[in-house]
Amino acid sequence: MYDISKYEDAHTVEEAIALLQANPRAVVISGGSDVLIKIREGKLPAAELVSIRGIEELKEIKLEGDETVAIGAAATFTQLTRHPLISRRLPLLTEAAGLVGGPQIRNMGTIGGNVCNGATSADCAAPLFAFNARLRIQGPEGIRTVAIQDFYQGPGKVALGHGDILTAILIAREDYSGFSGCYIKYAMRNAMDIATLGCAAAVRLRDSRVEELRLAFSVAAPTPVRCPQTEELAKGRTVDGILLADIGRAAVSEVQPRDSWRASREFRLHLAEELSKQAVAEACRRAGHESDRESDEEGDGEGGAEK
Amino acid sequence: MSVGKSIPRVDGLVKVTGKAQYVDDIFEKDMLYAKVFRSAIANGWVKSIDTAAARALPGVAAVVTYEDVPEHSFATAGHPYNLDPARRDVADRRLLNRRVRLYGDEIAAVVAVDEFTAEKALSLISVEYEEYPPVLTAEDALREGAAEIHKGTKNIIASTNYRLGDVEEAFARSDYVFEDSYSTSTVQHCAMENHTAYAYIDNNGKIAVVTSTQIPHIARRIVGEALGIPWGRVRVIKPYVGGGFGSKQDAVVEPLAAFLTTRVQGRPVRLQLTREETFIASRVRHAISFTFRTGVSKEGALIARRGKAVSLNGGYASHGHSIAANGGNKYRQIYDQQAIQYEALTVYTNMPSAGAMRGYGIPQMTFALECHMEDVAREIGMDPIEFRLKNIVRQGWVDPLTGIRVNTSGLAECMAKGKELIQWDAKKKELENQTGPKRRGLGMANFVYASGTHPIGLEIAGARIIMNEDGSVQVQVGATEIGQGSDTVFCQMAAETIGLPTDRVFIVTEQDTDVSPVDLGSYASRQTYVTGMAVKKAAEEIKAKTLDYARFMTDIPVGAMDIADGWIVYRHDGERIMTVAEVALNSWYNPAAAAPITADVTHNARVNALAFGCTFVEVEVDLPLGKVEVREIYNIHDSGKVMNPKLAAGQVRGGVSMGLGYALYEQMLFDPKTGKPLNANLLDYKLMTAMDTPEIGVEFIEPFEPSAPYGNKALGEPPAITPAPAIRNAILAATGVKFNQLPMTPQRLVEKFKAAGLIRKNPKDF
Amino acid sequence: MTTRKIAFTVNGEKTQLEVDIRESLLETLRSRLNLTGVKKGCGAGECGACTVLIDGAPFDSCIYLAVWADGKEIRTIEGEAREGKLSRVQEAFLSEAAVQCGFCTPGLIMTTTALAEGGQSYTRQEIRKELAGHMCRCTGYQSIVNAAEKALAPSPEEDRDCCGKCR
Repeated sequence: MYDISKYEDAHTVEEAIALLQANPRAVVISGGSDVLIKIREGKLPAAELVSIRGIEELKEIKLEGDETVAIGAAATFTQLTRHPLISRRLPLLTEAAGLVGGPQIRNMGTIGGNVCNGATSADCAAPLFAFNARLRIQGPEGIRTVAIQDFYQGPGKVALGHGDILTAILIAREDYSGFSGCYIKYAMRNAMDIATLGCAAAVRLRDSRVEELRLAFSVAAPTPVRCPQTEELAKGRTVDGILLADIGRAAVSEVQPRDSWRASREFRLHLAEELSKQAVAEACRRAGHESDRESDEEGDGEGGAEK
Repeated sequence: MSVGKSIPRVDGLVKVTGKAQYVDDIFEKDMLYAKVFRSAIANGWVKSIDTAAARALPGVAAVVTYEDVPEHSFATAGHPYNLDPARRDVADRRLLNRRVRLYGDEIAAVVAVDEFTAEKALSLISVEYEEYPPVLTAEDALREGAAEIHKGTKNIIASTNYRLGDVEEAFARSDYVFEDSYSTSTVQHCAMENHTAYAYIDNNGKIAVVTSTQIPHIARRIVGEALGIPWGRVRVIKPYVGGGFGSKQDAVVEPLAAFLTTRVQGRPVRLQLTREETFIASRVRHAISFTFRTGVSKEGALIARRGKAVSLNGGYASHGHSIAANGGNKYRQIYDQQAIQYEALTVYTNMPSAGAMRGYGIPQMTFALECHMEDVAREIGMDPIEFRLKNIVRQGWVDPLTGIRVNTSGLAECMAKGKELIQWDAKKKELENQTGPKRRGLGMANFVYASGTHPIGLEIAGARIIMNEDGSVQVQVGATEIGQGSDTVFCQMAAETIGLPTDRVFIVTEQDTDVSPVDLGSYASRQTYVTGMAVKKAAEEIKAKTLDYARFMTDIPVGAMDIADGWIVYRHDGERIMTVAEVALNSWYNPAAAAPITADVTHNARVNALAFGCTFVEVEVDLPLGKVEVREIYNIHDSGKVMNPKLAAGQVRGGVSMGLGYALYEQMLFDPKTGKPLNANLLDYKLMTAMDTPEIGVEFIEPFEPSAPYGNKALGEPPAITPAPAIRNAILAATGVKFNQLPMTPQRLVEKFKAAGLIRKNPKDF
Repeated sequence: MTTRKIAFTVNGEKTQLEVDIRESLLETLRSRLNLTGVKKGCGAGECGACTVLIDGAPFDSCIYLAVWADGKEIRTIEGEAREGKLSRVQEAFLSEAAVQCGFCTPGLIMTTTALAEGGQSYTRQEIRKELAGHMCRCTGYQSIVNAAEKALAPSPEEDRDCCGKCR
């Protein structure tokens, strides 16, 4: 039994907002894999829930007029991993969503919940940061759009007011078109785990040179982060070992992981360097960059990191 | 022939259909639910407790605290009672305790109409503690003037020290002497079914406890002791059990559940631990640190050995020092030398109580020993396999301390088989001079294990067989099926010895101490060896009685007849005389001679047989990421004759995966400041998933063990012993780096690889 | 205590029930409908023992509120054997010795059933990924993966050996 004192179903976003406004204690529940665990841990005593599970429009994944990919906040990880629109345009997200928990959790958990939870370890966060995702939020004041970097305000803290509902995650064409990506989830297990460190790289190449690099991490700071200086340093450079080494070094200086019993700060910094090299290398490979023989021996990316 | 065949599990059908009833699947009318109020500190005592609000909560039937339980202490370890008071387990806990000795210690309990209300009531109990700094290491526990977790113990549960031969002289005579230290971690059994029981007062006025246990008869005695009532007033019932691995060779929930039903007029009270509670408040594997000193000759013969062990036990003794002591026995029983000494010490800490866990001290000791053997071989420039082969005990060896004689040893063959399976020699060559960030390596490790506890422990087992009117039989044992397949194997044994097809043999899977034959239970890899002999004896008696009755019916001399496949046959040519069913029917209903055929035997095993084996493994180590991939792994066992190859292979693979977890993934972590467990759940405690577990190769060398009922020796625990040292040795082979501490986690690997200069900082090229 | 009426199908049978809003589907199935083949191993979505199929997909019923089952089709292990005949997946678990203590078995059979009915083919590694939401302490998973492989194979094979390594 969960310590739930009130449970209300919303059938439209407007209804959800009204229910939330009417009850300052109310908490939104969608997939439930985070909220129910919090209740079980006693973190939401006598929880009052507003369920948005019945709002069909929140589950849609679609292409908007300007080829912006709009992902309904209640789309599940399983939906993301199977949706052709995502695998064609945002394979980086397909990859990340497929690494969340296990199949049962992916059937349940939603991308919106993953983001709204505010955890730095969210598997979808690093790819969404790399995609410059914008979040469509509907609240009592109407609809607004927030850049994902501004959405995360601190550990477990996001830019959602009471009465706000995250309705969709938007990724504009210019933020995915021409990019190849790679997400490496480094965890202690190959499934059913939270990342020790997650690294998403998206790269656009022209003639073996980096036209644009996006590098983002989860668990490397109190919130997911991008590495703007590293990205800048890569611009126009030829893809080779020297660049990768530079990227690795630079990335380390842009992250701020913490010491915890799960992993030391030192170890996470080491991983930030390794994973950024491997993720960028693999993203370049996927972008069609041919590595020479010696680089194959380096064995970057080949499955090793996704454990 | 039935023994040796891979017949399907007798409990398979009820398990794949979901019909098998485990403790929590049984609901009783008027059932109440109990929850334990646990300490939020690791070390200290309760200055005051206020339960008034909890008592006042509607739906609460009872609240009890340390003030309400019997004054005396009791022991919980699942050992047979010992008539010698000096050799009994340490009685160091009460049903509820005021002195807090671990985080999650049991202070009070609530009984309510449902779990939810019980939990609510817990939240209404308030406690004031006096808190002491937690003792989490041996150093802290043994420090001069350290606060005593149990008064008068100096935090030492027990110690042992044996010496054989002149150790000092042997070291002096050794050409080389090596010493190193190794340590293992605290891990948990993680049976998928948590600890759970319910208790009620039955129609005879007995306290009945229905529980997920490995040891019904022993649990009955412990409940009797804990409540201070005659043992015959207690009844323990064991339905299907969802795994035990040693944690349920202990009375974890039974005594309190039994006590609580007495507080609610005998209404059924369920006490079901959550997963988190199972981690902190049931049992764990002892973390043990070892220092081994070894003297060898130039030729690689072991001359002198000295082992020292310090074992961390947690807040209550449970199995206590038995684990470190058992390690000392197997330390001696695998390699031979001229002189040997072993000293062990087990200390209390403010950690979860350590008890029995698959391997009972041997995974710890063998990790240390097989790492050390590898290191010594390398130091003296000898092939590590040759070095081991030169020193292993062989057939005919007699253990000087226990008198156990090695009747059969297939260890050398196991090693040869392992070499062949993994293509040791060819790969060794191939793997010379590796460079790059990923490196492969081969490793191996040997083990010895015993079949039961004789002569240290009592080994009795009971079996009862009843022949039905149609010639089929029911077998009843007091030994427990907990997933390992013992019920299936007992059926095979009875079928084999009586001469029936296996589908004519049924087993009563439930144990009820009011009904079942007396047995000690499922532990020490004893059941096929010890209980198997009881089943064999009962089956022989059934067969003899059946033939005797057939003689009465046919006038054919008993000696001329045999039973085969459900038929009475002529011994000399197998010609069929009549069915066993005809004999059975007559034995039930012949007005003059009726005497249904039954047998009820108790067997006291005054023998033991050593089982041997090894793990061979190939790993690939990703240096910069600190990840170890097991590319190939083989466990090769000399468990004597294998009773059911398919089930045995499954048991081996499960054990190997447990060993792999021990090597690479699993450890319980505690906040060093508070002693609070950090990862007491299945998300943070890294039990391997299907994606982390490699394919596991299994092979058996099958010498016929003459002391056993069917040539068989121990198999249940051994598979979990050697994966960890084998992997450690393979990582050493791959990287040249020694890991002497478990588990070998990525962070530890990376730290050491950095220190060893193995991780390249600047790859030259893409 | 707040309750709600839900209407759902359980193992093919239309069922109406008044459920507590606090109840998990696991509790409803076990305590109310006596479907105790659904096991509780952790209560937190970590072990998979409580897995049931909801509209054909595997879910951890311990972290699924009973009220959410309204209008859904639920399948548990109890519904898999029909007229005394085991399903192909159950048969495979039996014949491959994929069952030991049996506590994780019902959940694993349900997930495997979802895979089998999905009609897709899976490599051995993909099977491992699909079963990764279930923890098993007895088997080392190999016999379970063998069973799933057998159940997912296009046509029934007789007495297929396991990996061959143990032969």
